[in-house]
Amino acid sequence: MSPEAVLLKPKLSPTEHGARLFFLACAVVALGQMFLIMLFLFKESLGLFTSGTSLKEFFFSVNWYPTYDSPEFGSLALVVGSLTVTFFSTVLAAPIGLSLAVFLACLAGRTTREWVKPAVEMMAGIPSVVLGFVGLVVVAPLMQDILDIPTGLNVLNASVILALMAVPSIASLGEDALSAVPGEIQDASYALGATKWETIWRITVPAAMSGLSTAVILGLGRALGETLVVLMVAGGAAQIPHSIFDSVRPLTATLAAEMGETAIDSPHYHALFALGTILFLLTLAFNLLAYWLGRYWRRR
Amino acid sequence: MFLSGVTLADRQKREFLALSLIKILGLSFLFVMGTLVIYLIYQGAGIISWDFLTQFPRDSMTAGGIWPAVVGTFGLAVGSMFVSLPLGFGAAVYLAEYARPGPLLTVIRLGVNNLAGVPSVVFGLFGLAIFVGFLGFGRSLLSGCLTLGILTLPTVTAAAEEALRQTPASFREAALALGANRWQAIRQVILPAALPGMLTGAILALGRAAGETAPVIFTASAAFTMANPESVFSEVMALPTHIFNLATNGTHIEATRPQQFGTCLVLMVLVLGLSLIAIILRARLRKGRKW
Repeated sequence: MSPEAVLLKPKLSPTEHGARLFFLACAVVALGQMFLIMLFLFKESLGLFTSGTSLKEFFFSVNWYPTYDSPEFGSLALVVGSLTVTFFSTVLAAPIGLSLAVFLACLAGRTTREWVKPAVEMMAGIPSVVLGFVGLVVVAPLMQDILDIPTGLNVLNASVILALMAVPSIASLGEDALSAVPGEIQDASYALGATKWETIWRITVPAAMSGLSTAVILGLGRALGETLVVLMVAGGAAQIPHSIFDSVRPLTATLAAEMGETAIDSPHYHALFALGTILFLLTLAFNLLAYWLGRYWRRR
Repeated sequence: MFLSGVTLADRQKREFLALSLIKILGLSFLFVMGTLVIYLIYQGAGIISWDFLTQFPRDSMTAGGIWPAVVGTFGLAVGSMFVSLPLGFGAAVYLAEYARPGPLLTVIRLGVNNLAGVPSVVFGLFGLAIFVGFLGFGRSLLSGCLTLGILTLPTVTAAAEEALRQTPASFREAALALGANRWQAIRQVILPAALPGMLTGAILALGRAAGETAPVIFTASAAFTMANPESVFSEVMALPTHIFNLATNGTHIEATRPQQFGTCLVLMVLVLGLSLIAIILRARLRKGRKW
């Protein structure tokens, strides 16, 4: 072949084609998995509604009696349980996590930050079963003694431990967002005579709002999906809580506690998958909310 | 910009209060977590010994060690990497090097991001339905590895894509200008440059796989085995499920307390050690980077 022919007709080698196809296949599998998960969740959930439980009962009944002779599969108490611990843990974790983020990004010296930021990131990696264990063995007896309540395994305990889990990820993501704010606009604020706090509160935080809101919502999503902590310390009673000292049975705890003892393809098995579907959809909603809030604040 | 009627003294007082509150909240959290870690080390250190790590449990778990759980966690964590690393790295190369901006790329990225937020217990359900049930692998090391593999896939993919995107475009252009085709440029120039960053993500994923509990309960876990796994179809014990079982289901919950604290410490050292390695690797990478 003459040199001109090579130039005119670049030939893709088989390896080049093969490599491209291989990488595309990997990407498609990574994505296809998402659809497979949805498919299996929906498919396995459907069995519940063909075995005599109505949609209305599943969503609006608070009676979760899966092992009775005539079992009842109402998910409301479990959903409320999940949302309750998620809410209270966020109420605790958001101020603490954001404070830590502000401390790291705006107040701490260089050396402090270089040591504390990795430490915080490592805390985010502590396995949930270890924290659940601490809640069970340390916090619960302590709470029972100090507050003089019948059980230390309740909404408050679960929320505290979940907050311990969520704070490091909120702080780490929040610090990233605050550090990304350009230094010039903060300098401009100081030049106008603003104090440090006024600069943080009126300039840096609003400018980083997009990242900060994402950090909080992702922390919230983590608390919602966390399993072992609520399984070990939320108490496990399928009821609508009336105070933070009541026990609850969040969705994730129900799944983890009951899936092991359930015969495959029984109505109970399908009901648990339906709970999994609710959980999946709730996290999806939180993810979308984080995405949407991030965009909303970026536009402002 | 300053409100009338607010004196400088007021502003300074407010400044002091706000900054103090932030410091108190942040530092008290660090204090609580530090205390907690020290407490776990203090409680767990007593039982740790070579025998504790390398012997089978005895006398209804009240004596002996945690060897089968160590083996199981090692097998699950390392095995899951055989699933998530090839797939995750491959997907990342496609996203960073081949894909052109367009609907396909948007959909893949949205999907991967969403998967990262899906609770691990849902991955457990999926693993139970597809690997344990549908494909008939049963509760086994294999099902556990596959489930943990897809669980860590989004983390691995995102970290690897980030590392690939951080290699300068000039590397790519130089390789192509020298006559390399795309695959040659990726294999000989871009991958070597991005590999340390990609491995950092992989180490973090390894730590996560080692610490996961709920998916392992569903797909791989035996409460107690007296033998090492014979094949990938054996049930295995794991450190996190061992803690959970001893602390909540056992018949000797109080008597096995030392074992529970000891297992917690081993698991924590393992997971935090891995993330420490990743953090050090990343720091050295940033320092030693030539671009």
